[in-house]
Amino acid sequence: MREVRAEEITATVARLCIEACSVLGPDWWQAMAAAEAKEEAPLGRDILKKLQENALLAAENLEPICQDTGVAVVFVELGQQVHISGGNLYDAINAGVRQGYTEGYLRKSVVDDPLLRRNTGDNTPAIIHTEIVDGDHLKITVAPKGAGSENMSGVKMLKPADGVAGIKKYVLQVVEEAGGNPCPPIVVGVGIGGNLEKAPYLAKKALLRPLGQRHPLKHVAALEEELLAAINASGIGPQGLGGRVTALDVHIEIYPTHIASLPVAVNLQCHAARHATAIL
Amino acid sequence: MLKITTPLDEATVRSLKAGDQVLISGIIYTGRDAAHKRMVETLRAGGELPVDLRDQIIYYVGPCPARPGKVIGSAGPTTSGRMDPYAPLLIREKGLRGMIGKGGRSPEVIKAMQEAGAVYFLAIGGAGVLMARHIKKAEVVAYEDLGPEAIYRLEVEDFPVIVGIDTLGNDLYAIGRAEYRRV
Repeated sequence: MREVRAEEITATVARLCIEACSVLGPDWWQAMAAAEAKEEAPLGRDILKKLQENALLAAENLEPICQDTGVAVVFVELGQQVHISGGNLYDAINAGVRQGYTEGYLRKSVVDDPLLRRNTGDNTPAIIHTEIVDGDHLKITVAPKGAGSENMSGVKMLKPADGVAGIKKYVLQVVEEAGGNPCPPIVVGVGIGGNLEKAPYLAKKALLRPLGQRHPLKHVAALEEELLAAINASGIGPQGLGGRVTALDVHIEIYPTHIASLPVAVNLQCHAARHATAIL
Repeated sequence: MLKITTPLDEATVRSLKAGDQVLISGIIYTGRDAAHKRMVETLRAGGELPVDLRDQIIYYVGPCPARPGKVIGSAGPTTSGRMDPYAPLLIREKGLRGMIGKGGRSPEVIKAMQEAGAVYFLAIGGAGVLMARHIKKAEVVAYEDLGPEAIYRLEVEDFPVIVGIDTLGNDLYAIGRAEYRRV
């Protein structure tokens, strides 16, 4: 058994909230440079340049890339040999979000009740997904998710007869309807299989994979490529104003499903593909 | 690059064309979901708006808090479509001349813009740091309890926007997408 203290979790989450909101990974910079080289629309190219300029200023000054610093989505991989002492895991994470969003001057965008809608003032509660894994490590990823792209996402229960053609049609439909709203160039996370609640979880998790990295299964990787080409033929372009680059990448995650089911979820991510990870 | 200063007159607004790049200077007001809801409820109940919007621009933004020594935090546009149910009333009855946001607008909003003479500007979504650099002053003028959704009065200088939908109903989203569509 390895001991991890709750206060260590809190401090880590606080740091990750600030880092994720202001610093994008090397994969993002590569994807954006490739997008700029590929973009034929003059306005689209100009927008891609400005987005990189914005991200550079944000990283240099540790300022939020976008004012919508989102809901803090926290992915936890908890080794079953880990014992958390000095408090419970979820309280420790929420304390970290409270601290990070306050100290980092990040926008607090969470309301306490979806009907009454009073801002909680500290961006809690976070949305926390925990997986119990082998080993004695605790891996925490903070992925702040803004509503501009989240609101354009969707899930659909297809029939097995709809097959791959049905999946493609649905993913394209979601992207087309979203247009410029989710701040393209987007990253498209797709979850296929599982059941109603598993598919969106897979779609969100797919957004964490580094840009440009294909799924290890060949047929899934091929579908990612195919969808990316189809999405970029839509003409939506940077910010939806027309162009060749609508998506930086498409990531698919799959899971076994029922003989009668084919759930498909599409989670759209704006160009600010934010996430930061630490291993304790 | 065109330069305009608020308040805007109808002739200036009607001369702007979809795709024009514009730099705005002067005063603009912020307002998003909760503020719009409250403004429209107030008007329907026979009350008055907390700010006079005649010939003014509303920027759909909920900024990040300002750090010590700074005017404002990141301040890029939010999705305008969420304000569509409220915008026609402000345009037709309160003389709102301009809106800044991102994403498409409903046919009802576009119709009100054409009839009353109002323009829809686009700012780059997600470029909150760049936008904030053009905001020289910021103060909350109404609905402080709404936090990031309060109405701010912003003093802006050469604030960069693109005309998204003009008073003739030309829509840059439709134009741009059609030009590059391959399917």
